[in-house]
Amino acid sequence: MYKVKVYITLRESVLDPQGAAVQQSLHSLTYNEVSDVRVGKYIELTIEDTDRDLDQLVKEMCEKLLANTVIESYRYDVEEVITQ
Amino acid sequence: MKFAVIVFPGSNCDVDMYHAIKDALGEEVEYVWHSTDNLDQYDGILLPGGFSYGDYLRSGAIARFSNVMAEVVKAAQAGKPVLGVCNGFQILLEAGLLPGAMRRNDGLKFICRNVGLKVKNNQSMFTTGYELGETITIPVAHGEGNYYCDNETLAELKRDNRILFTYDGENPNGSLEQIAGITNEQGNVLGMMPHPERAVDSLLGSKDGLKIFQSIVKNWRESHVITA
Repeated sequence: MYKVKVYITLRESVLDPQGAAVQQSLHSLTYNEVSDVRVGKYIELTIEDTDRDLDQLVKEMCEKLLANTVIESYRYDVEEVITQ
Repeated sequence: MKFAVIVFPGSNCDVDMYHAIKDALGEEVEYVWHSTDNLDQYDGILLPGGFSYGDYLRSGAIARFSNVMAEVVKAAQAGKPVLGVCNGFQILLEAGLLPGAMRRNDGLKFICRNVGLKVKNNQSMFTTGYELGETITIPVAHGEGNYYCDNETLAELKRDNRILFTYDGENPNGSLEQIAGITNEQGNVLGMMPHPERAVDSLLGSKDGLKIFQSIVKNWRESHVITA
């Protein structure tokens, strides 16, 4: 079994109005060191052992549904879960 | 002419859309549940506003995979008029029937008010009832209407006159080039954020939206000559 952690954010080239608002708020809390904030989504998938190529599967899921690649980019980490 | 108003879990402008067609326009209309797998009997397809599937993940992202969408694609390919308003527009974008995507409004607020729209193309089957450059008043009600596409797509939209409506004056949501409504390449699929179905009666503020529906019917009649 695998645990896949998917991180989705707006692409670098796309302005993130939520991120900009959060950044402003952090600045008003005196954290002026913060030079950029990107707000995104975190999705955890638990995936059963499969004969299919896991990377391929996760990429497909991201491109078809989890992320909208017109404005979002994604990355993911795969952890193998050892079950007893 | 017979219209289908597609209803998803979370649609909430379906009743307004139905009312606009039945009472203001005076054409046939039926509610069609999203699980339907046949739209052959309908001449026009309407995707209403609302919050299909609670806007989970992204607006329109989940509705786009409902059963009926394969049929909407088929109707679009067959040249039938397909109109997506607000969440309906977002679904058409997610489904790839229209290019681009929606971002959060740049002010982060949900906006619900009348806006002025400029008619940028009155040769489309949706806009022949308007004058070119005419300013009309139609309400918007959305939190994610900040249209985005890449430069190449924008150039295509402009070159082929596929931007039908832009916001007049102040940009309410940050939308690229003030874009409020665009069509597909064939010109039979229109997505727009403002709600024409809420502007069909001057007693309720404006009837500037009615001409979109009237244009659809007029153009449909002209290409489907009915001989008695």
